Amino acid sequence: MKIGAPKEIAKGEARVALTPESAQQIQKLGHECLIESGAGVAAGFDDAVYSEAGVEVVESADALWQTADVVIKVREPDEEEAERLHEGQTLISFFWPAQNEEMLERCKAKGATVVAMDMVPRISRAQKMDALSSTANIAGYRAVIEAGNQFGRFFTGQVTAAGKVPPAKVLVIGAGVAGLAAIGTATSLGAVVRAFDVRPEVAEQIESMGAEFLFLDFEDSQDGSASGGYAAPSSPEFREKQLALFREQAPDIDIVITTALIPGKPAPKLWLEDMVAAMKPGSVIVDLAAEKGGNCDLTVADERIATANGVIVVGYTDFPSRMATQASLLYATNIRHMLTDLTPQKDGVIVHDMEDDVIRGATVTHAGEITFPPPPPKVKAIGASKPKEKPREPTPEEKRAAEHAAFVAQTKRQVGLLAAGGVLMWLLGLVAPASFMQHFIVFALACFVGFQVIWNVSHSLHTPLMAVTNAISGIVILGAILQIGSGSWLVGLLAGISVLIASINIVGGFLVTRRMLAMFQKS
Amino acid sequence: MLQHEFVSAAAIAASVLFILSLGGLSNQEKAKRAVWYGIVGMAVAVAFTALGPNIGGFGWLIPMMLIGAAIGAWLARKVEMTEMPQLVAALHSFVGLAAVFIGWNADMERTRVLAMQQSGIALDGLSAFATTLASKTPAELTFLQVEVVLGVFIGAVTFTGSVVAFGKLAGKIGGKPHKLPGGHALNAGAAALSLLLAILYLNGAGFWTLLILAALAFFIGWHLIMGIGGADMPVVVSMLNSYSGWAAAAIGFTLSNDLLIVTGALVGSSGAILSYIMCKAMNRNFVSVILGGFGATQGPAAEIEGEQVSIDTNGVAGALNDADSVIIVPGYGMAVAQAQNAVSDLVRKLRAAGKNVRFGIHPVAGRLPGHMNVLLAEARVPYDIVLEMDEINDDFADTDVVIVIGSNDIVNPAAQEDPASPIAGMPVLKVWEAKQVFVCKRGQGTGYSGIENPLFFKENTRMLYGDARASIDALVPLID
Repeated sequence: MKIGAPKEIAKGEARVALTPESAQQIQKLGHECLIESGAGVAAGFDDAVYSEAGVEVVESADALWQTADVVIKVREPDEEEAERLHEGQTLISFFWPAQNEEMLERCKAKGATVVAMDMVPRISRAQKMDALSSTANIAGYRAVIEAGNQFGRFFTGQVTAAGKVPPAKVLVIGAGVAGLAAIGTATSLGAVVRAFDVRPEVAEQIESMGAEFLFLDFEDSQDGSASGGYAAPSSPEFREKQLALFREQAPDIDIVITTALIPGKPAPKLWLEDMVAAMKPGSVIVDLAAEKGGNCDLTVADERIATANGVIVVGYTDFPSRMATQASLLYATNIRHMLTDLTPQKDGVIVHDMEDDVIRGATVTHAGEITFPPPPPKVKAIGASKPKEKPREPTPEEKRAAEHAAFVAQTKRQVGLLAAGGVLMWLLGLVAPASFMQHFIVFALACFVGFQVIWNVSHSLHTPLMAVTNAISGIVILGAILQIGSGSWLVGLLAGISVLIASINIVGGFLVTRRMLAMFQKS
Repeated sequence: MLQHEFVSAAAIAASVLFILSLGGLSNQEKAKRAVWYGIVGMAVAVAFTALGPNIGGFGWLIPMMLIGAAIGAWLARKVEMTEMPQLVAALHSFVGLAAVFIGWNADMERTRVLAMQQSGIALDGLSAFATTLASKTPAELTFLQVEVVLGVFIGAVTFTGSVVAFGKLAGKIGGKPHKLPGGHALNAGAAALSLLLAILYLNGAGFWTLLILAALAFFIGWHLIMGIGGADMPVVVSMLNSYSGWAAAAIGFTLSNDLLIVTGALVGSSGAILSYIMCKAMNRNFVSVILGGFGATQGPAAEIEGEQVSIDTNGVAGALNDADSVIIVPGYGMAVAQAQNAVSDLVRKLRAAGKNVRFGIHPVAGRLPGHMNVLLAEARVPYDIVLEMDEINDDFADTDVVIVIGSNDIVNPAAQEDPASPIAGMPVLKVWEAKQVFVCKRGQGTGYSGIENPLFFKENTRMLYGDARASIDALVPLID
């Protein structure tokens, strides 16, 4: 089949959906590749490079749309492009079907199949085609670079002969892919980074990137994993608390990067006018949500503005396009993976398998029907995060009650043991002679003392402890000494042997212990 | 000759010294003094008892003591620190044997004194023990017989048990549990028979009952410890330690000697507590350890996926050079390979490079409680960087490199993750939480307990195969 990439006609779009590298891979699937002349120039790939990679360069967009069986694009098609679609043709591009119902109808009417790259379900298997993530990654990186460009100071703190420079303080709002990429970039530049997200379970990811998670203590923190990894709108109470947190941060922060988006809704307003006013002059706000209305009150899409108090608000919407080469390479790879899935036999025949979760999810029109929205994928997007059991801090009363209960239980146990011991003693006293009982008292007390003393022995000294107790247990030598003077030769002999081996035990045990202890030294 | 009262006073002094000696082991500095308390206490006890009333047989006594002392001193000097477990076990067996002999003696003396009393021979010139005997009432003599039985029985079990433990620890007997057909039924049978013999003996049967009783107890001790696997040896050794104490206490009752009773009870309770601590550290039931219940799995252990990835010393050295924090987890393998000095060199070099190096010691690492501490101390590793499990377990997550040297079960994540594992629930060192784990190991075999270790298959684990000492020696010059 012929896979063709036309030149992007959206204003300012520099990316291209086919790169020489991806073309070579696509050819291995048995497809032929076409490209409109000049399509890759803005991204740094001229026609010659494509020709070298075996791509047929087509002079006009019309010709390309005519011949290609599959058209691959970056931006969603505009009306002109939709007109060019024909029966049986497949279009692979970003589409935003939820916001573009009219276009969806139009494509259906044309009888084309449309695969929306923004609808690829977020499951592990589909990660390689997740163009939203690869784009967001670039956007996050570029946002920090852009902020650095506008910001008049170093990111990293330095103490130089010419004076001390404090590190820049960066606040990242929304820790999705873009947010995490921004955190990583800002930290590696040396800034002090804080980050916030409404999903408390991303705290670990934030911390793993080297930022501090601004924790918002709120009872109904939402479980973002249920909504496919995206944040859902939050309750008014939560929003108030959140804004209070931001308000508190505003005077301290040098750079704010906002990335908060809610699927299918305008971006939530999180950085209000008063917060901008509270920031220091020279501070920078980069609003990655500018295209969807912006997270900041003052954001103007596609523009950089300076506020009255000298804060710069960057509302560019084309961050990926500003890194067109990189973005094209990544996006083309995503497209290539999609084509790999669509060409299971690697024989140049596209099989549109509507049973496949990924293909089904991304396909918005097929065989003359609108197939959006897709049914929920069979594989759950993200393994539901286990409900975190936060150990509840017991109230003082409860604590006291628990302590009291433990005390009572302990007392009961001890009294019980003492009573049982007492009864045993009494029974023993009934039969045993008085002299035995005297010795027994000594025995019981010694056990008790031993019990109390040994608990305090430090763990590292357990071996010396054993050696010492072993040496001390050589005390049986006393028994042998008391018997050795016996008139019987047999008794004398056995006692003699006992003295011998007990002496070995005593001397050996003590000397070895001393040797061991002499080795313990402090650093 | 010293008066009886004087000997009693000395006994009190000795008891106090022994208690101070054990109590002083609470930290390393005090411990050095504590040993002296023990030595002085023992010297006082022996000297004053020997100089007490009616002690004879000095012709036997003094040479035997000197020879014994010489052998003991020679043993203590010669023994390698890695052989400490078997030495302690061997010494326990002496106490057990002595207790058996003294018990037998006590009975022989009893019959002899009784015979003398009945035939009206003058009781002058008897040994100290016999004199005590002569003054006993019949009820007291019956009790004495009970005490003799206990002393002989416990002593005999201690003796053969310690001999087997010594054999296992010294590698002269295989570490795997062995049981005769019949298993615990044999032990129970022998114990029942012993009880029968004891009753017979109390009812006037002759000395032969004590001999057979001892033989049965010898069998029980042997069979019991043979049935316990090598991994449980720390518990066994401290348990035998406890037994030797109880044997001494029983002998003390027999001889009506309070000093023996006190000391025996101290040793007995000390050993019992140590065993308890060990069992808790392994999350094992004391009874099941003693009965050799190891390896009784509750179900098929979880399959382990992945493969063991090996690495060479250069790789490990690179990681160590990059690391800021290192934790070393030694185990029995380090003792076997005598690698403690090499490890100490490595640590010195890493510390000189400004890295935070610490040791994480599991309570049952090695074959004796505190075994690793002693080895590391021998290699001059400062004890304040040697931490126990509870102190260090939370720090693994912030650690760059963990080196596991010859330990297996004590770093086995299955203990926490796989409920079907035989060691499920045993507290382990969470080394796998570190960024990188290097396992220094002889080969791909399983450890002493024969359990597969999923740690070796984890993504952040690399295996450094080879003799621990050779590996670490090769590593030291590569650290800069």
